[in-house]
Amino acid sequence: MEIKAGKLVDPCSTQITKTGAWRTFVPVVDHKECIKCNLCEIFCPEGCIHQVSSKDVDALLKYGYKPDQISSLPKDDILFVPDLNYCKGCSVCAHECPRKAIEMFLEEK
Amino acid sequence: MEKSLLAPGHRACAGCAMPTTIKLVLDAAGPNTIVVSPTSCLEVTTTPFPESAWCVPWIHSLFENAAAVASGVEVMLKRKCKDTNVVVIGGDGSTFDIGMGSNSGMFERGHKILYVCYDNEAYMNTGVQRSGSTPFCAQTTTTPSGSKSLGNPRPKKDMPAIAMAHKVPYVATASVAYPVDLRRKVKAALRVNGPSYIQVNAPCITGWTFDAGTMIEVARLAVETGLWPLAEWVNGELVGVKKVRRAKPVEEYLKSQGRYRHLFKRPEGADILKQIQAMADANIAKYKLAD
Amino acid sequence: MSQKMSSQAYADKPARSANMKVVEGSYAVAHAVMCCLPDVISAYPITPQTHIVEHLSQMVADGELDSEFLTVDSEFSALSVLVGASAAGARSYSSTTSQGLALMYEVLYNVSGMRLPIVMNVANRALSAPLNIWNDQQDSIGARDVGWLQIYVEDVQEAVDATLQAYKIAEDPAIRTPIMVCMDGYILTHVYEPVELLDKELSREFLPPFQPENILDPSDPKTFGAFADPTTYTEFRYLQFEAQQKALGTIEKVAKEFEETFGRYYGGLVDSYRAEDAEIVIVTMGSVIGTIKDAIDAKRAEGKKVGLVKVRSYRPFPVQALRKTLKDASVIAVLEKDVAIGGEAGLLTDLKAALYNSSIRTPIIGFTAGLGGRDITIKDIRKIVEKADAARKKIESEFEFLDLRMEIL
Repeated sequence: MEIKAGKLVDPCSTQITKTGAWRTFVPVVDHKECIKCNLCEIFCPEGCIHQVSSKDVDALLKYGYKPDQISSLPKDDILFVPDLNYCKGCSVCAHECPRKAIEMFLEEK
Repeated sequence: MEKSLLAPGHRACAGCAMPTTIKLVLDAAGPNTIVVSPTSCLEVTTTPFPESAWCVPWIHSLFENAAAVASGVEVMLKRKCKDTNVVVIGGDGSTFDIGMGSNSGMFERGHKILYVCYDNEAYMNTGVQRSGSTPFCAQTTTTPSGSKSLGNPRPKKDMPAIAMAHKVPYVATASVAYPVDLRRKVKAALRVNGPSYIQVNAPCITGWTFDAGTMIEVARLAVETGLWPLAEWVNGELVGVKKVRRAKPVEEYLKSQGRYRHLFKRPEGADILKQIQAMADANIAKYKLAD
Repeated sequence: MSQKMSSQAYADKPARSANMKVVEGSYAVAHAVMCCLPDVISAYPITPQTHIVEHLSQMVADGELDSEFLTVDSEFSALSVLVGASAAGARSYSSTTSQGLALMYEVLYNVSGMRLPIVMNVANRALSAPLNIWNDQQDSIGARDVGWLQIYVEDVQEAVDATLQAYKIAEDPAIRTPIMVCMDGYILTHVYEPVELLDKELSREFLPPFQPENILDPSDPKTFGAFADPTTYTEFRYLQFEAQQKALGTIEKVAKEFEETFGRYYGGLVDSYRAEDAEIVIVTMGSVIGTIKDAIDAKRAEGKKVGLVKVRSYRPFPVQALRKTLKDASVIAVLEKDVAIGGEAGLLTDLKAALYNSSIRTPIIGFTAGLGGRDITIKDIRKIVEKADAARKKIESEFEFLDLRMEIL
């Protein structure tokens, strides 16, 4: 970081701060129950629920899935996935999911 | 939904309605937008130097001057023949109270600016003090409940009416719990060749005290009880309301939040509940919500 | 040190250009602003600044000036409009005075902190209470620490010329700091005198277009006005401090460049009159200088070695230039139209501070006079000279109200 006169700040740069560290409860999505209504994505205050192809292993790993979890995901599907780097665990998604397909679990860190 | 124009990593409380509101507004406005914000939770949680959550150009100057700053931006864009949206996003403290003069000037000069107030009904950034937007008998840290107080003694200021008194051509109320309605209203406002004002009910987890996960539910209850009608005015004329088929009793909304807890504990609360129900009933009648 | 003051410098020029006209001071300044080609002007009416913005409005209405002129709800909004305009790339102008400047106070810090090179004429006026619409310099002296540069002018011609210079100084990429051009209300805003109005073409050559590094632009979506915590705030303030120090050189440089183009020079940071061999030196700012010069001439005729040092740049405060100019004085008398109630007065305090760590051990006494528009007369100046003369032996009073009407107290 360098401070110059009238220095302006670059866009979208809060992404360097991983607010996932704030989290106590972690959302776990039951993708089989998900009806793709995208309410979780819309209401998420972090804007960190993304639509990801189940084939996109890199994205799934980046958002916090472990390799063994990925293998058990539905194939050839679009999944709604919280990016655990930023998810603060507010549980709005779980609360608003019309199918109750998102459940909050106490996260062991 | 397109990629959000508000980046994650911002420092808003878990379960805050403000970032969801911004996300929805920006989603509707698109990247060709310049946002002006007054001092607020929004400002401190989204722009801690050297970071910014904003993916569109954004400027903050002071608490009470966002509408004036936006006016300067808008005239310069017009001068350069640039067709870029200018959107103010501010809280109720700056909108209803300290920025009123600046807002009035912007409205009255007729700038093509959309002013969005994310209304959480108190000064949350400084620790939940009463604003002109705080509803009747809500507790804040400056209108606490006590042996001689039942919370805020006055009803909420009618800001949409104030905007309309300036002949603002497009005025609407919206709610974070009704995203389709909110986005449509933002788009409608941005089509207007002049000022527009949208007041969005945006619950504050810290100030209203509710379980984080219930943020949207609380906002929805405000609408479903008739306390927060979703209305839309064009040139001062009511052109649309969101119907509430079977209005819920206001208790359901009030019980969902700690700021009204005293009304259910104290004997005088019963009368207050009746008065608040009467306010909801008046809205239901005025806006024909139940028809 | 040259004894030749600016007014003489151009009086020596034989030919008057076609632009030399007898006009009202406010018109002359408005004309200068027009020659600076501002994109956005925003102001709120307040006496005695109003004529400047009325003239500008008329110029815009007549199509003589292609600027956006915003009428607003307050001075607070006027300067706030310019924050947005300047951030969007506009050369921006406002003018105010007194209560209006006080109402802008919060925005003043904001403009300088955001490094927006806005130029503003301050038609200096007293502050209420009691309400008073006449001249003194309490308003802008009170705003000396807001991070703006401040130039105080002596006459209408200098106000005109300093306004053009101000944009060049403010917009210099190394400076990027707003400027107040301070001119005494009524005395300079409402006087009619011969003024050489700026030539539009020459002004355009002198002042390059405003090209800020960053503006509000969706194709490069930067964030303006982020908040800084204790880990970075000091550095932002330091950079402002550093820019003002750099401006000491820029103000001089621009004054010289102006002289090359327009043939008029007022001193950059300070100027002086018959100060070279002066034993008693009066230090002051603004329009009272004309009166002091007459008094000095009279005193000189009596054999008294009296001179004048004019502080043109009050912010940045020209410490080295003042040390150099005042090194040979045997007594210094500061005259100013402000008072720091509970302390002394702005210029006096700053000057004492500037000299304290130098080798200069000259006695300094201070006078406040002309508050709320009270005329400062040659008799008052004579009184200063007498008191200064006496202070060489013994300082009776370090600071006093010079023109106090004891009979009504």
